[in-house]
Amino acid sequence: MYDWHEIGALDDIPRLGSRVVQTPHGDVAIFRTANDQAFALRDRCPHKGGPLSQGIVHGHRITCPLHNWVLELESGQAIAPDVGCATRYPMRLEDGRLWLGLNNVVSLATASREAA
Amino acid sequence: MKERLVLVGNGMAGMRTLEELLAIAPDKFDITVFGAEPHGNYNRIMLSPVLAGEKTIDQIMINDLNWYTEKGIRLHAGQEVTRINRARRQVHAADGTIAPYDRLLLATGSSPFILPIPGNDLAGVIGFRDIQDVETMLVAAQTGKHAVVIGGGLLGLEAANGLMKQGMQVTVVHVLDTLMERQLDPVAADMLRASLEERGLRFLMGAHTAAVLGEERVRAVRFKDGLEIPADLVVMAVGIRPNIELAKQAGIYCERGIVVNDTMQSYDPRVYAVGECVQHRGQCYGLVAPLWEQAKVCANHLARYGIGRYQGSVTSTKLKVTGIDLFSAGNFNGGSGCEEIVLRDPARGVYKKLVVKENRVQGAVLYGDTVDGTWYFQLLREGTDIGAFRETVLFGHAHMADSGRDGFSVMTMADDAEICGCNGVCKGAIIKAIAEKKLFTVDEVRAHTKASASCGSCTGLVEQILAATVGTFDKTPKEKPMCKCTEHSHDQVRKTIREQRLTSLRAVFDFMEWKTPDGCHSCRPAINYYLISTWPGEAQDDPQSRFVNERVHANIQKDGTYSVVPRMWGGLTNPKELRAIADVADKFKIPTVKVTGGQRIDLLGVKKEDLPKVWADLNAAGMVSGHAYGKSLRTVKTCVGTDWCRFGTQDSTGLGVKLEKMTWGSWTPHKFKMAVSGCPRNCAEATIKDFGVVCVESGYEIHVGGNGGIKIRGTDLLCKCATEEEVKEYCCAFMQLYREEGRYLERTAPWIERVGLGYVKSRIVEDEENRKALYARFLQSQQYAQIDPWAERASGRVDAHEFQPLRRVG
Repeated sequence: MYDWHEIGALDDIPRLGSRVVQTPHGDVAIFRTANDQAFALRDRCPHKGGPLSQGIVHGHRITCPLHNWVLELESGQAIAPDVGCATRYPMRLEDGRLWLGLNNVVSLATASREAA
Repeated sequence: MKERLVLVGNGMAGMRTLEELLAIAPDKFDITVFGAEPHGNYNRIMLSPVLAGEKTIDQIMINDLNWYTEKGIRLHAGQEVTRINRARRQVHAADGTIAPYDRLLLATGSSPFILPIPGNDLAGVIGFRDIQDVETMLVAAQTGKHAVVIGGGLLGLEAANGLMKQGMQVTVVHVLDTLMERQLDPVAADMLRASLEERGLRFLMGAHTAAVLGEERVRAVRFKDGLEIPADLVVMAVGIRPNIELAKQAGIYCERGIVVNDTMQSYDPRVYAVGECVQHRGQCYGLVAPLWEQAKVCANHLARYGIGRYQGSVTSTKLKVTGIDLFSAGNFNGGSGCEEIVLRDPARGVYKKLVVKENRVQGAVLYGDTVDGTWYFQLLREGTDIGAFRETVLFGHAHMADSGRDGFSVMTMADDAEICGCNGVCKGAIIKAIAEKKLFTVDEVRAHTKASASCGSCTGLVEQILAATVGTFDKTPKEKPMCKCTEHSHDQVRKTIREQRLTSLRAVFDFMEWKTPDGCHSCRPAINYYLISTWPGEAQDDPQSRFVNERVHANIQKDGTYSVVPRMWGGLTNPKELRAIADVADKFKIPTVKVTGGQRIDLLGVKKEDLPKVWADLNAAGMVSGHAYGKSLRTVKTCVGTDWCRFGTQDSTGLGVKLEKMTWGSWTPHKFKMAVSGCPRNCAEATIKDFGVVCVESGYEIHVGGNGGIKIRGTDLLCKCATEEEVKEYCCAFMQLYREEGRYLERTAPWIERVGLGYVKSRIVEDEENRKALYARFLQSQQYAQIDPWAERASGRVDAHEFQPLRRVG
């Protein structure tokens, strides 16, 4: 179901920081928390499409730079009372290397969204 | 096993404490609640509108019985607690229920004081306290004709008004000559009485009640002078008495109320108490606002955060009688050293009085026009210096030099009127959210509706709507916590950083016991600023605690691209720079080139990965970062001055360039704009800048604290300087004072309004030694700040990871 891609080392991302991986699904934001866990979300805030990778990471949450929506890194869900969700992608960390799981079928919906 | 918490008293104070506790430590306690009334929990202050037929019981319920089940709280409704066994740590109820506790919270409230006169136990003699009393009154109104309300205070008048609305003939009996003497001065009290008489209430002033007459049911009331008046219902509203019998019987120390310390603990530290049953620093409170503050502190302590302290409350009152606007707060009677500012307009039925001491509001009474009650109360609580607007303070907030939007009564606006222009939220939506989601604070309204969540200029309006809808005021403590991660205020954090010599975010989080592991998007940038401004060259700047614009040194746009503004000293440019800008725009296909309000050129729509290359090209033509993205010095706007202008009195352009070269790169609490005008025609608009210079024949006028944005504010004249050197010294000293004392995200305009122009003058103009010290500290910190961030990043040696994707796949 998933193709696993090696995308780099954990240390390529600063603690409480984020980097972008460009994929056929669109940009994916990779976040590193203070306790060295990594999470991946589609790099579009469900609110107005802001680039989450440019936000501020705190705890296991990310604040979008455009209008301060706060999302859970683990689920992609917006913190109540805001409602919305950013697509999450599975991540693996092995020997300091990061692996990103991408669905091997690029959905038509995603493709058409990207085109639009 | 979880600790056991038992709450005695299902009223507003106790339940508010539980709600606060569940919000911060949801799983800490196994909770049991005893309530004497057989309902869930309701908003007691809204009983008056229920009596007046303006609201129903359902509308004032806060938590129904289901809520307790959902939260896993054991509720014993309708069960009175009869005994506390402190030795065994058990609570005994009337039906034999025994509940053991590790912590006990007493919120037993108060009872109406019943006059010790003959007949006070007859049927039809009641207080005004709970749903039961309201129901008794409603039944009496259907059968009887005459009601007598004893007590002309807040509660008595609300009861009287409600009974009159229900069709009864109501006489209010008051022992003194003026109504509501604890809230009103005689003038306002007389206006109130006249207005209530016009509506049909009768008053017996200076009357001492001797007895209630009747066989089983009340029939009449007799006074000391022998007068008798008929009565089918007698409501006693002469005061409240804290319910302390239970605590007393358990040997807990009580005076008028249960005596508690600043953490709401009684003399038995396992036993807490909140609300009207409490006596704190000699004060008992009967209003709702202090309960909220107490609840917050108590919950904080129960959750073992142990950082909140209750230090007493300043209270404000509003009479909930439809059509009568009355507001009172603080010391409204004045006294030695106090002055009164009064506005009286009998034709409009308006009376406003502020009691002022040394230019700070001590108290307020408003009658007929209470729109500005919230504002005056805020001035009172924050101890704001009103010197700068004392002449117009009574005309209200609308007459301040602001947008005028938050001046008129918001409640007269239509439901579809837009309150928050940033997020498109109308008044009706806010009222609906407050009612349906039971919101009590501006923060909650912000979270649920987004009103005032962006630029914040409509916060005053939202506060007004909240006050009018909930019937109380949003209780923000005098010093607001920085954010939800801490109880500490901005000022406390900065003070601690200085006194404890903290130089990293981690040290601040650890030393000040942050509640979250690494802060949030709100506190991290603030702390980072306080660190680098307090310890320049020593504290490490943390890029991850910078908003994206300051991290990548460009302005993020709605589509995720960036804008780039190169610095043009004093607004001067030349053909070489313009060619370089044109070449960059062509080379990187930059879609929009625009001239800004600060006399610069803005390149909009630059892709993030192109930024370092764009900067390299601009650097090559001699241009550096314009810091158009930072909480920092932005621009120095100038006019052409004596070089060209036939009116110019000084070299305004040259001075602007010097000021900009001296101050660029400095970080400030919020953005900082300057201007230099060559003559009083003021073409550079220096009087709406944070720091403005207006040149005159004899020298330079220094203006500070202006703002042309959200709230237009003209500058205050700080002083006059004779030479450019002096201007430079004042400029740096002013910036440094603001850097050291302004709160993060507070522009100079609100900062000056908060501390007062007099204070700024005393530190900069009148104290030469201090001015020179500020000047020196500013220059010292500039050594570490004046490094072009663009050149560093164009070289590829700094933060390269910011501008390149981690990887491309597929």
